Amino acid sequence: MSTNGDATTRVVPVRHVKQWIGVAVAMVVLAMIIHTLLSKVGTGTYHCHLVSGIRRCVPLHTWRFSWNIVGQYLTTSEIFHGLLVTIELTVIAMVVGISLGMTIAIMRMSPNRVLSASAWSYTWFFRGTPVLVQLLFWANIAILYPKLTIGIPFLPVTFIHLSVNSIFVPFFAAIVALGLNEAAYMSEIARAGLLAVDEGQVEAASSLGMTRGQTLRNVVIPQAMRVIIPPTGNEVISMLKTSSLASIVSVTELAGAASNIYSSNYEIMPLLIVISIWYLIITTILSIGQYYLERYFAKGALRTPPPTPIQRMRTDVRGIASKFRTPRPAREGAR
Amino acid sequence: MTSVPMVSASGVCKSYAGIEVLRGVDLTVNRGEVTCLIGPSGSGKSTFLRCINHLEKHDAGELRVDGDLVGYEARNGKLYELNDKRICQKRSEIGMVFQRFNLFQHLTVLENLTIGQIKVRGQSTDRAKAKARELLDRVGLDNKEKHYPSQLSGGQQQRVAIARALAMEPKLMLFDEPTSALDPELVGEVLDVMKDLAQSGMTMVVVTHEMGFAREVADTVYFLDGGVIEESGNPREVLSAPSSERLKSFLSKVL
Ligand SMILES: Nc1ncnc2c1ncn2[C@@H]1O[C@H](COP(=O)(O)OP(=O)(O)O)[C@@H](O)[C@H]1O
Ligand SMILES: [Mg+2]
Repeated sequence: MSTNGDATTRVVPVRHVKQWIGVAVAMVVLAMIIHTLLSKVGTGTYHCHLVSGIRRCVPLHTWRFSWNIVGQYLTTSEIFHGLLVTIELTVIAMVVGISLGMTIAIMRMSPNRVLSASAWSYTWFFRGTPVLVQLLFWANIAILYPKLTIGIPFLPVTFIHLSVNSIFVPFFAAIVALGLNEAAYMSEIARAGLLAVDEGQVEAASSLGMTRGQTLRNVVIPQAMRVIIPPTGNEVISMLKTSSLASIVSVTELAGAASNIYSSNYEIMPLLIVISIWYLIITTILSIGQYYLERYFAKGALRTPPPTPIQRMRTDVRGIASKFRTPRPAREGAR
Repeated sequence: MTSVPMVSASGVCKSYAGIEVLRGVDLTVNRGEVTCLIGPSGSGKSTFLRCINHLEKHDAGELRVDGDLVGYEARNGKLYELNDKRICQKRSEIGMVFQRFNLFQHLTVLENLTIGQIKVRGQSTDRAKAKARELLDRVGLDNKEKHYPSQLSGGQQQRVAIARALAMEPKLMLFDEPTSALDPELVGEVLDVMKDLAQSGMTMVVVTHEMGFAREVADTVYFLDGGVIEESGNPREVLSAPSSERLKSFLSKVL
């Protein structure tokens, strides 16, 4: 703060005109959204009653977004059951995807040509075909292979015979399809993470006498996590929603449950809102979890750890508050 | 008994994609001695050091550590290539300190010193920690055990790296330009730790540009140029009165 001699100089902060126009536009749009969400429309019916012998009719109104019906279905047991299946599908498919994806990434980086070529082919195939097709494929696999036999390849020795139809029930088919497809994407994410680790770290581990596996487990993977976690978080959230495709092979997850309900009562919009609310809730929880995981794996990478959301909110609030405070004359700086 | 030298190399060669980096290196490191390896950039100093602990595989020549061939085992008149496990076990007996420290970024200072003991030696966590603390005390960093490497200065990181290597109780320590990445005022603290180590009788091979250190601490200096040892001997003689033109011109550049 500057002063001219002993006369106090008033500090005029820079005015961000464009910023304020942007804020105004955003506010108007927000108001419009809230307005339409809470608006009511005529139902086309009237409520009539007699007032001192004269019949009076008033048109009836209802929520445009049928919030009353939304509220009614939000916590029904069918929706809850669907939600549970969605979570199960997401978790299991991601566990399959992450572990298989990590394995494929390690294979891809192996000096052994056969391993790296198989890994490359896997990614090429599963990224190159639509997940919907893969889902239908696994659900109908019994057409190709009605029986599963475990034995020695190419020899007439078998140990176990199973009916494929009894294993590839819709839920299992969905897990296999989503998990294998996810592994292709996760392998690329994991590979980027492994490549991001400094080669010097591997050398240091080798010079201590760690084997390749020990180096991978104790040094490379923990450091790769910092790079792997953020896109993996996206993948989990994406899987949460992709799992709704499983309804096509008659798995009653969240979207399937909603569709079952609206196919009998025709309340399509309210039920779509119901499941959207649930998807948003789970996504929010996942995002919070992702934040803390990132913070955990960032240890050592930064001199000072990033702030927690609460700390960040505090600084934000302080920042906004200071915008509304009138600037004080530059007094205390000059003595 | 007349002891075998800790390191003996004769005619060690190494090439990358047809380019000869080492063209027959002959060198001997006796037990308890400090050997300094000097030479211009690109002369193959790092490559040779890395051959000693088999981070690189030499193509030809004989390289022995503690009497044993590096990477092979002679049995019944045949040479058997060592498997990964044996190579790792041999490496764990040789400590290495890098120019860029290479501390494990995701581990605290203490964990950097215990991980090798626990994972490679199968030491118990308690004993590993006790040993780690003793070594941190020795390099003057006993108050930093909970810090992460990124929170330390370069000199402190290099001292931790030395302690990490010592935690494995190596019979030989290799240093690859340990002070080259440091700010000038931090070089001294690392050299002090190394002098201390030399005094304790550790066998050391040090690639360095610190001629003062070489003169003061080394028992033997080797000058590597173009993949061969051009000159070697007592540091006082070699560094004060170099006989080869190349060493003369090299010394005039670094001093
Ligand atoms: N992995 C590698 N692949 C190809 N060339 C290499 C490799 N490592 C080192 N070199 C080459 O070998 C030569 C010697 O390298 P280096 O041993 O690092 O020299 P110094 O440590 O003496 O500076 C350099 O010309 C360098 O480019
Ligand atoms: Mg070098």
